[in-house]
Amino acid sequence: MNRIGQSTILLPRRPAVISCAALAGKKEGEGPLADDFDRIVEDDLFGEESWEKAEARFQYTAATLCLEKAGMAPKDADAALGGDLLNQIIAASLSAREMHIPFLGLYGACSTMAESILLASMLTDGGYMRRALCTASSHFCSAERQYRFPLEYGCQRPPTAQWTVTGAGSLLISGLTEDFPRAIARIPALTPGRIVDLGVTDANNMGAAMAPAAADTLCRHFEDTGTSPSDFDLIISGDLGRVGHDVLLELMQQKGHPLDESTYIDCGLEVFTPEQDVHAGGSGCGCSAVVLCSRILHQMENHQLRRVLFMATGALLSTTSSQQGGTIPGIAHAAVLEAPDR
Amino acid sequence: MFDKKAKPSPQRQRQLDKYQALVTRLSPKSALGQGLFRSFWVGGAICCLGQAIIEIGQGPLHMASNAASTLCSTVLVFLTALLTGLGVFDRIGQYAGAGAFVPISGFANAMVSPAMEFRREGLVLGLGGKLFSIAGPVLTWGVSASVVVGILYALFPW
Amino acid sequence: MSIFLNLLKAFAVGGALCVIGEFLELKTRLTPARILVGYIIAGVILSAAGLYGPLADFAGAGATVPLTGFGHALTTGVKHAVQEIGLIGAFTGGLTGTAAGIAAAVFFGAVMALIFKPRPKE
Repeated sequence: MNRIGQSTILLPRRPAVISCAALAGKKEGEGPLADDFDRIVEDDLFGEESWEKAEARFQYTAATLCLEKAGMAPKDADAALGGDLLNQIIAASLSAREMHIPFLGLYGACSTMAESILLASMLTDGGYMRRALCTASSHFCSAERQYRFPLEYGCQRPPTAQWTVTGAGSLLISGLTEDFPRAIARIPALTPGRIVDLGVTDANNMGAAMAPAAADTLCRHFEDTGTSPSDFDLIISGDLGRVGHDVLLELMQQKGHPLDESTYIDCGLEVFTPEQDVHAGGSGCGCSAVVLCSRILHQMENHQLRRVLFMATGALLSTTSSQQGGTIPGIAHAAVLEAPDR
Repeated sequence: MFDKKAKPSPQRQRQLDKYQALVTRLSPKSALGQGLFRSFWVGGAICCLGQAIIEIGQGPLHMASNAASTLCSTVLVFLTALLTGLGVFDRIGQYAGAGAFVPISGFANAMVSPAMEFRREGLVLGLGGKLFSIAGPVLTWGVSASVVVGILYALFPW
Repeated sequence: MSIFLNLLKAFAVGGALCVIGEFLELKTRLTPARILVGYIIAGVILSAAGLYGPLADFAGAGATVPLTGFGHALTTGVKHAVQEIGLIGAFTGGLTGTAAGIAAAVFFGAVMALIFKPRPKE
């Protein structure tokens, strides 16, 4: 069995990430990662007539750009995996409609990028697919109208609220030996998340809702593999934001796997500067997707980072469950990324 | 299993309480003094503008007092609707909080903003249906309460 | 001079009513929608108890512009209608008393939605 410990999956072929692309919106393009994005889209509607269609175009453009950068067409991938935050993941479905390849739509809220990577690397490692494309997107305007309020409604955002990232990230995973020389990163191990819910009901404090799931996944990963936080050049959480980031540090301390603040980052805090008035940081499927598919993978390709644990977190709430007073189920999926062999 | 009222085990309850305390400790708090100050001066200014409209109505326009109040609400609603359309009112709301949503301006903004936002879902179910999606509860409970008061008043006039 | 005093009273009372709402929002984490429903019901009840009328006489727009004033208008409308046409007035008076505000918000809401498009926040 290619498993170790309680729930960690080992991938003997170590599938390769062979291409990546990140598209970001205007506000993200004014943030610290501006130079790493492949393209900054100034028009929030992206030339479309609704926010949802704009998001679908973000996702499609990121996916095709990712393939293009690898010199490939959609048919060179055996499936597209991915999702977004919208009802019935419509942006992903609309994007896949244009690609004419098998499509596996996923919903993991903001953890969607990691969930796609988990499944795509197992599918390619097992030889069921040659290459699989992982894409995730979010859009501030489409998320706002679905989860919160109309854009022009005047309400205050509490300081724990996070800002949905407008953007899409896409990466191509291959299990083909002939693709390995062009690898940007290799994926040797995965730890899928389980739902952890410690009773947070405040939809304006999703970092706090997700942090226990993140701690659970990290601890299981370290215990399953016998590694420790110091074995990684960087541990990346998806969109815990300021509150979740601080809570996770505390929880990991309590659980006996303390994280070093110099090698732990959260994508929600990387994508914006504090001056951008996003309160607790960025969030959304696009948050971890654009950070991973830009700076992180660029640094792995250049061997600035050798070994990274990428863990995207998701708050699996629905507007219905929130209104019914339900607590927020959190999840976090982790994948180990290694720089390509020299 | 999913019953909200179901009591968690004492051990689980301790875990939940402990986590709640951690989250409360690490979550930034809203600045209370600043929030109260902003809501006071913006809310006061909106009411002051309303009073100015009433004074103009009763003075130069020679309106009766109830006509002047009607003029006041109509003008404030129009101005809010316009500022909402121009994309300004959401910033006033973000700045002033209750100072913007407690006056009638908040009621108008709650009607205009979903109408604009859901215009793309069509004129009937989008614009027409969603117009009441935020302000609806206020009408539902306000009108219901007034009907109760009316019935009581008809039965036991005071 | 009396106009200046009226404006000042409207500012102070209106501001104070908003401050209570802000305090509730920040301290109790009640959503604006719940606070507003509370406000309008409070306005209806206070007005029925004869407490809101004097405040409205004192502060003018400072009492009628906040949502509690909307509740006050519902109650005054309903009492007036009951006096005129009896019990059935309980169903007509409220909306009659608040017709201008509601109709204006519906109409201008529809017009603005036809003219303007929502913009992303900065």
